[in-house]
Amino acid sequence: MQVVWLRSSLALRDLQAFIQHTVVYCKMDPKLQKTKNSSSNSANSPDSTHSLFPFPDEVLERVLSFLHSHKDRSSVSLVCKDWYDAERWTRTKLFIGNCYSVSPEIVARRFPRIKSVTLKGKPRFSDFNLVPQHWGADVHSWLVVFAKVYPFLEELRLKRMTLNDESLKFLATSFPGFKALSLLSCEGFSTDGLKAIATHCKNLTELDIQENGMDDLGGGWLSCFSENCSSLEVLNFASLNSEVSFDALEKLVRRCKSLRILKVNKSITLDQLQQLLVLAPQLIELGTGSFQQELTPLQYEGLGIAFSNCKNLQTLSGFWEDTSLHLPVLYSACPSLTFLNLSYATLRSGELAKIVAHSPNIRRLWVLDTVGDKGLEAVGSSCPFLEELRVFPADPFEQDLHHGVTEAGFLAVSRGCRKLHYVLYFCRQMTNAAVATIVQNCPDFTHFRLCIMNPGERDYLTNEPMDEAFGAVVKTCTNLRRLALSGLLTDLTFEYIGKYAKNLEALSVAFAGSSDRGMQCVLQGCPKLRKLEIRDCPFGNAALLSGIEKYETMRSLWMSACNVTMSACKLLAKEMPRLNVEVMRDEGSDESQADKVYIYRTVAGSRRDAPPFVVTL
Amino acid sequence: MAYENDMNLKATELRLGLPGTIDESQIKEPSFLKSNNKRSSGDMDNSANEDECSPVPKAQVVGWPPVRSYRKNVLQQQKKNFDSDVLGMYVKVSMDGAPYLRKIDIKVYKNYPDLLVALENMFKFSIGVYSEREGYNGSEYAPTYEDKDGDWMLVGDVPWDMFVNSCKRLRIMKGSEVKGLGCL
Repeated sequence: MQVVWLRSSLALRDLQAFIQHTVVYCKMDPKLQKTKNSSSNSANSPDSTHSLFPFPDEVLERVLSFLHSHKDRSSVSLVCKDWYDAERWTRTKLFIGNCYSVSPEIVARRFPRIKSVTLKGKPRFSDFNLVPQHWGADVHSWLVVFAKVYPFLEELRLKRMTLNDESLKFLATSFPGFKALSLLSCEGFSTDGLKAIATHCKNLTELDIQENGMDDLGGGWLSCFSENCSSLEVLNFASLNSEVSFDALEKLVRRCKSLRILKVNKSITLDQLQQLLVLAPQLIELGTGSFQQELTPLQYEGLGIAFSNCKNLQTLSGFWEDTSLHLPVLYSACPSLTFLNLSYATLRSGELAKIVAHSPNIRRLWVLDTVGDKGLEAVGSSCPFLEELRVFPADPFEQDLHHGVTEAGFLAVSRGCRKLHYVLYFCRQMTNAAVATIVQNCPDFTHFRLCIMNPGERDYLTNEPMDEAFGAVVKTCTNLRRLALSGLLTDLTFEYIGKYAKNLEALSVAFAGSSDRGMQCVLQGCPKLRKLEIRDCPFGNAALLSGIEKYETMRSLWMSACNVTMSACKLLAKEMPRLNVEVMRDEGSDESQADKVYIYRTVAGSRRDAPPFVVTL
Repeated sequence: MAYENDMNLKATELRLGLPGTIDESQIKEPSFLKSNNKRSSGDMDNSANEDECSPVPKAQVVGWPPVRSYRKNVLQQQKKNFDSDVLGMYVKVSMDGAPYLRKIDIKVYKNYPDLLVALENMFKFSIGVYSEREGYNGSEYAPTYEDKDGDWMLVGDVPWDMFVNSCKRLRIMKGSEVKGLGCL
C-alpha cells in the first residue's frame, strides 16, 4: 500500500484536480459500483476501499479537511460510501439554506463534528412584509439538538430566523466555547438577549447584529461584557439605537487588541469616535456613529489625524443622517477603501463627487438616490475598479419624479466602470436602449437587480414594455446568476430568460408577464434555477404544474397574488412527496384561491410547527 | 396586445361602486392584471386621474418597492428629523397668570441656558438657578414641559437633544406649586 504525504499548503486547485482524478478513477472501476449500491455492509468496505483508493482513511480525511465550500463537499459525498463517511466526519461548517429542508435530528445524525452553523429561515419576501407574523423559522428546536450533539459549537449565523431572548440565553449558557454570533434580518428578541450573550460567552470573538426586527430596550447590554473579555474581533451594533455606555465601549475596545471590525451606533458622537479610532488604528472595517456634531477646529483636526492613522481601513459605513458637514475628515482614509456604504447618508451629488474623487480603489459602493445622476457621473469618472453598485431610494413612496436617479446615472457608471458585475438600482424611469448600452459596456454582470419603482412602468421614451431591456441583459451577460425584474413586461421577457439565461440561479418577478407561458419558459429553460419568487403575476395552474419535475432541483418557489388554485397545489403535493407545498390564504378571499404558495424540497417531511394559517398540502 | 386596449375596456368594465366613482384605494394597475378576480374593482384610468386633484398620493402596494423594513424605518425617521430641522419645532408656551400663550421654535436654541434666557425675555420674569437636587431655586417660577407620554416634567433634567425630541409644550409654573417641586 502506498502512503502519500500531502503538504498542508496544497493549493486548492491542485487538491481539486487530485480529487477529480481520483473520482474519475473510482467511477471507472467496476468494483466501485458494488460499494455504491451496497447498503451499510461495512464488512466489505476495508478490502474494497483499499483497492479503490490506495490511501488510508486518515489521509482521505486529511485531504477532505481542506474543502470548505459546501457545494464541493456535497459533490464529494456522492462519490462513494467511504467518501460520504470521510466527508461527514470532516465537515465542521454547516450551511442550511432553508431551515425546513432538513431537521435538526437528521443533521445531527449525519454530521458529528460541527463547529459552525449557518441557518436561513423565512422566504425572502418576508423582508417586505409579505409573510404574516408568527410564520415560523424558530431556531430554538435547533439549539436544543445542537446543545446535545455539538457542545463545542463555536459559530451561529442566522438569517431571517425567529429567536427570542430565552433562546439567546440558552445559546449563551449551553456552549462554553461559543465564539461568533451573527443575526441578520431576524426577529423576536431584544437587547436582553444580547445581555446574556455578552455576560456568558467568555470567548466571544464576534457579535454582529444587523437590521433585525428586535426590541431595543436600552444600551446596557454592552456593559455586560466582562472586564476579562479581550477576544472580540468583530463588534457590530450599528442598527441599535439606544445609547450605550461609552466608558464600557472604550474599555472594551482598548482591551480587544484583535478588533478588526467595529460598527457603532448613532449614539456615539464624533469626538467619541475619534477616541475609539486612536485606540484601534488596526481596524479594517469601521461603521461611524452620528456624524452630526459641531466640532472645534482642534477636534476636527484630531479626527482627521485619527482617520489617517487607520492604515488598514478597507470598509466605511454608518454616516447616519445629514452628514455633509464633516466629510472631509475622511479623505485621508479614502484611498485605501474598497467598500464604501453611504446608503443611510442623504448626500447630494457634489458631496459624493468629492468623496469618490478621493477613493479611486473602491470596489463596492452603496448610496442613496439623493446623489442623483450627477453623483453617479462622478462615480463613473472616479472609480474605474468598481465592481458593485447599489443605489437605494431615499423616498420609496414619493411619486415626485424630480428626485432620485434615472437611466442616465446608470449609463454614466457603466461607461466608466467596466468591471461592474453587481448592481441593485432603484429608479423611476428607464429605457430599453439604456439597458442595452449598459450591458454592452459591462457584459460581466452576475447580479442584475433593477427596480423601476412604479409597477408596470413602460420605457418612458418609446412607451414600449421593458422586454428588450432584460432581453439584452440575458443575451449579453452569460454569467448572470441573479436577476430581478421590473417595469411592464410581457411573456417575451420570459422567453428570453428561458432561452439565454443558462446560468441563472435566482429570479425575482413582480407585476410581470402576460400568461402561463412566461413562467413555463423559465422553468423549462433555466437548468440552474434554484430560487424563484413571484408576486402579482398572471401565472396560474398550468404554469405551476409545468415545473413539477423541476422543484426538487430547486431550493424553493414562492408565488403570491397569482392565479394559482388549491386544486393545483393539492395535485402537486400528491405527485411530489418530497416537496412541502404550503399555502397561506388572505382574509376574505375565495376558498379555492391559493393566495400565497411556498414550495420547497425537504427530507424532513411537513413542518411540525406550522401556525394555523399555513396549510401544508 | 392586451395593454393597448386599456381605455376601451374601462368603459364597459363591471365593478362594485356607484357609477362615476373611482375607488382611490386601488393602485394604478396595468391591464394584464385584470384577469385576477380580486383586482376587478377600481382600476384607475391614468389620464382621468391626472385631471383630478393630483396631490392625492397613490396608495401603497404591500411590500413594494422592495425595501427592507429596517431601512424604511431609518429613512422615515431621518425624514422626520430633517423636516423638523427645516420646518422648525414650534411648541406652545403658557405662563401661569398670563392672558395668552406664545409659541417658540425650540430647534433654534442650542442648550438650556439659551432657551431659558429667551423665555425670560419673552415673559419678562426671571427663573432661578437650576440644580439637579433642587430644581430651580431662587425664584417663584419654574419651567416645565409636557413630554411624549403626557407627563409634566421639569426642564433641565435630561440631555438637551432628548428634551428637544420629546417636548410637546412648555408651561412656566408659578407660586406655591413651584415650591412643592423643591421638596421632591
